Amino acid sequence: MSSDALAIQTTEATGQPWVQTLHEWVTTVDHKRLGVLYILYSLFFLVIGGMEAIVIRIQLMRPHNDFVSPQVFNRMFTMHGTTMIFFVAMPILFGFGNYLVPLMIGARDMAFPRLNAFSFWLTAFGGFLLYFSLLGGNGLYGAGTAPDVGWWAYAPLTSRAFSPGHSSDYWTIALLASGFGSIGTAINLIVTIISMRCPGMKLSRMPLLAWLNLVMSGMVLLAITPLSAAQLMLLVDRYLGGHFFDTQAGGSATLWMHFFWIFGHPEVYVLIIPCFAFVSEIIPVFSRKPIFGYPVMVGATVCIAFVSMSVWAHHMFTIGMSSYANSFFTITTMAVGVPTGIKIFNWLGTMWGGKILFKTPMLFCIGFLFQFLIAGLTGIMLASSPFDWQLSGSYFVVAHFHYVIVGGILFALFGAFYYWYPKITGRMLNETLGKFHFWLFLIGFHLTFDLMHIPGLLGMPRRIYTYEPGRGWDTLNFLVSIGAFIQGIAIVVFVANLIFSYFKGAKAGNDPWDAWTLEWSVSSPPPAYNFSTIPTVASRRPLWDLKHPEDPDNRYE
Amino acid sequence: MRIGETMRKADWQVIASRVAGILFLLAAELLAASLCSASTPADNPVPSIFDPHSTPAESIRHLSVFVLGITGLIFLVVFILLAYAVVKFRSRKAGAEREPAQVYGSTQIELAWTVIPILIVAVLFLATARVIHGIQDAPKPVGTIEVTAIGHQFWWEFRYPALGIVTANELHIPVSDPAHPSPTFLKLLSADTDHSFWIPQLAGKTDLIPNRVNQMWMDPQRVGIYLGQCAQYCGTQHAKMLLRVYVDSPEDFNAWVSEQRQPANQDDKELSGKHIFETTSCVNCHAVGGTNGTGRFGPDLTHLMSRRTIAAGAAENTPENLRLWIQNPDAIKTGSLMPAMKLSDAELDALVRYLETLQ
Amino acid sequence: MACLIFAESAIFTIFVVAYLFYIGKSLSGPTPREVLETPIFYTICLLSSSLTIHFAGKFLERGSRGAFLLLWLLTIALGALFLYGTGKEWHRLIYERGLTISTNLFGTTYYSLVGLHAFHVTAGLIMLTIVLLFGLAGRVGPEQSARVDVLSLYWHFVDAVWVVVFTVVYVLGR
Repeated sequence: MSSDALAIQTTEATGQPWVQTLHEWVTTVDHKRLGVLYILYSLFFLVIGGMEAIVIRIQLMRPHNDFVSPQVFNRMFTMHGTTMIFFVAMPILFGFGNYLVPLMIGARDMAFPRLNAFSFWLTAFGGFLLYFSLLGGNGLYGAGTAPDVGWWAYAPLTSRAFSPGHSSDYWTIALLASGFGSIGTAINLIVTIISMRCPGMKLSRMPLLAWLNLVMSGMVLLAITPLSAAQLMLLVDRYLGGHFFDTQAGGSATLWMHFFWIFGHPEVYVLIIPCFAFVSEIIPVFSRKPIFGYPVMVGATVCIAFVSMSVWAHHMFTIGMSSYANSFFTITTMAVGVPTGIKIFNWLGTMWGGKILFKTPMLFCIGFLFQFLIAGLTGIMLASSPFDWQLSGSYFVVAHFHYVIVGGILFALFGAFYYWYPKITGRMLNETLGKFHFWLFLIGFHLTFDLMHIPGLLGMPRRIYTYEPGRGWDTLNFLVSIGAFIQGIAIVVFVANLIFSYFKGAKAGNDPWDAWTLEWSVSSPPPAYNFSTIPTVASRRPLWDLKHPEDPDNRYE
Repeated sequence: MRIGETMRKADWQVIASRVAGILFLLAAELLAASLCSASTPADNPVPSIFDPHSTPAESIRHLSVFVLGITGLIFLVVFILLAYAVVKFRSRKAGAEREPAQVYGSTQIELAWTVIPILIVAVLFLATARVIHGIQDAPKPVGTIEVTAIGHQFWWEFRYPALGIVTANELHIPVSDPAHPSPTFLKLLSADTDHSFWIPQLAGKTDLIPNRVNQMWMDPQRVGIYLGQCAQYCGTQHAKMLLRVYVDSPEDFNAWVSEQRQPANQDDKELSGKHIFETTSCVNCHAVGGTNGTGRFGPDLTHLMSRRTIAAGAAENTPENLRLWIQNPDAIKTGSLMPAMKLSDAELDALVRYLETLQ
Repeated sequence: MACLIFAESAIFTIFVVAYLFYIGKSLSGPTPREVLETPIFYTICLLSSSLTIHFAGKFLERGSRGAFLLLWLLTIALGALFLYGTGKEWHRLIYERGLTISTNLFGTTYYSLVGLHAFHVTAGLIMLTIVLLFGLAGRVGPEQSARVDVLSLYWHFVDAVWVVVFTVVYVLGR
């Protein structure tokens, strides 16, 4: 992907030396360029994280395989999880948020452009620092190692006794750096949305994307900070001889679990809420109807945000909590299902009675709806704590959260790519390649993650580098690996499409989808200052009002 | 017109793929089910959670079937709505200028799809809470067997405090007759990192956490061998921290107990091997009753030969494997904490011969 | 700044929770009851600096620079005095009582919680000093009043955190 980044930069340079272009991109404080940087950076790590997943799947293709050593396997799943969450999903969503929020609310930039650039480079530093551990993890004794403690790094595996060398420190500091970057961006998004909306755009008229980014940013402030605090404690333990998580000196291993999941569960919603936002923008446009029940959609999101703060211990049903604690976290977790269900029904309501156009972005959104439904229902199963005593830590859980992250988040993200690529680059993504990408990825996804549930039901724990033959897991694992390869090919098609369409794609024009929000009123790509005159809006769909002056929206709001 | 046709084709592709996906899921479920039923009573090669043989696992299965039923129903309803919307409301004439009716929402409908899920959640919660209480707050009957399980990197230590038995990796418990229950209560501890005790057919998993005491129980109602393994990532060899539970008939269990309570074999037939054991670093980690070996970092070897596997289930307990394990543990289990002993061939042979006397 | 304070509060909350969780769980001495002395004087210093910075801001708004600078300087002095108090207590604990961060759980949680707060006081002092230097150079007038208010908000936050830390460490913890 770095070649792609370079390609974009060099073609920008019509008439100026590439060094100057590079310099402009590195020192930029423009929210659009930073957004693009975020996205390219994440795509780069998406490819790396994907390759790690392929290594994992090759190793698990058959029992007693010895494609990689257990040590390498453990590093692979640790790096895969950490990379995908912190250096793919988070920055790519921040990238879209950065790019789209000012355009959608009619602002010329973010509230704090310099803070924005600083946050991006902090995040980027975190990612590269984590991968530097491959060289420097063991300190001075030669060959390096990456962290191998799992992406949630349960104590006391991270203590000096069980994790000598520096690999865990790379993990801690990389996440700390990118965490501060995320906090910076979240603050920026909140201030931008609160105080930089264009005239007429009341909170109740804001596009849902801006609303959901506001909620997401608020959650980032509450969710990332416990992780940062816990990591500071871990550093105190590792470098100053503290005893926070030192079980030999009376410290507690469960305290880390609590702190980690107080971060970890809201984090899932931090990732999925911006994806709800993409879907809430794309489905109406391709159904040719406004979003169904806008106030309820906002309310449900805020509700999810609040409830998701009190469900963290459902990751810990097996640690021997009291029956009352288990019951409490069961009910709160199941309660999240209610606002989530409302959202699914509202998207269905939006499609109902519309004229649905099956362009690639819409296909990905329908895929999202279908898979997110299943992911939600397996989530209900996991919420039922006795059932979770069987499922927790098994491949069923792995299948469940990949259903959320790949089937939900990644599908919505692909939809967002196909939808906003014309705005960002000025050219359409190729529709044929897009359909091909969609179907290939859909088949690969279902082959992998539908089947992955079953070994979990048959007693296969996660994070094992090999397994015994004859337990009914062999064939399933083989098919799961095949599916992973198909997904890999689909990603290659997607990246090829990104590059190909950048040079050869059809010209997009300002408004290729006949959409209704402000970003489609400016040229593609937008000028550096976004709007030559700050627009004034009178409804949630300003461009609808322009296109249909005989029946403007604001009559019904 | 052409565009319209391709549109329609795309719809049918969507539908076809969905149907295929569901059929595929069903087929896979059937495959899983057939694998479960294929298991013979004596041997349970597939540790399926839907083939339980103990009260906790049984009540979890009941609950899970109930939850699966409700979620399956929700899935069907929403999926049919989605499929219907996708087919019915697809744009038939691409490029038609008229926009559809602009509907902004409906309070009644939205209220309905808020209230109904709340009711479903309430039902699911009540069913769940009953099972939580039933399993977690179960009383200990008189005939209870108490075992302390201690997780180590990467093996299991089992202590029977009332019976004075110490063993490793292979847990023996008596079958429990529902009329006169003799359940086994496990006290779960950890010597180093987090582990998790999971025998899917007997009970849900519970973690072994350092500096914390956990408890779980099971009352297996059928004789046999039940398989499981560590279910919480605990380090390099988490994958080969296997676990097996022998559910014995009361007679077999009593025989096993009296055998385990015997002191170690002392007939001094293999004196040279015993000497090697006592004079090398073996004794730092391993114990054999009646020798100077009292280490506790590794499994107790007093009755090594009564176990069918070594290295926490990673290999069969045969003389060749024992020899390989002592000479080069990495060949069986890379990254285990057992060091390579660097003995000469003659010493190895003697040591293995000695270990074989530890019946 | 409100957002930052929101996020910072979450960090402090986690440390406070850890402190509360580990009260009385140390495996070895010294215990808080044996070694801690309540720093009432320094607490008064810090809390009164909140008042001085508040009135400094008010004076700046009205345009009386002299009063602003004087009160601002007083705020810095009170803050520095507090920091000196913390340092003195740490010195006493380390050299006379032998309590370090690695001694026991109390040491770990005490030094990290109080240290985290002291770090924020230090950061605040640096920012206050920068404003003071600008002020002495005559660059701070009523038009910067809003920015000064933001800094003063941060300082109030640091004070409020101390109230919590004080309650947890010196009242509940003993």
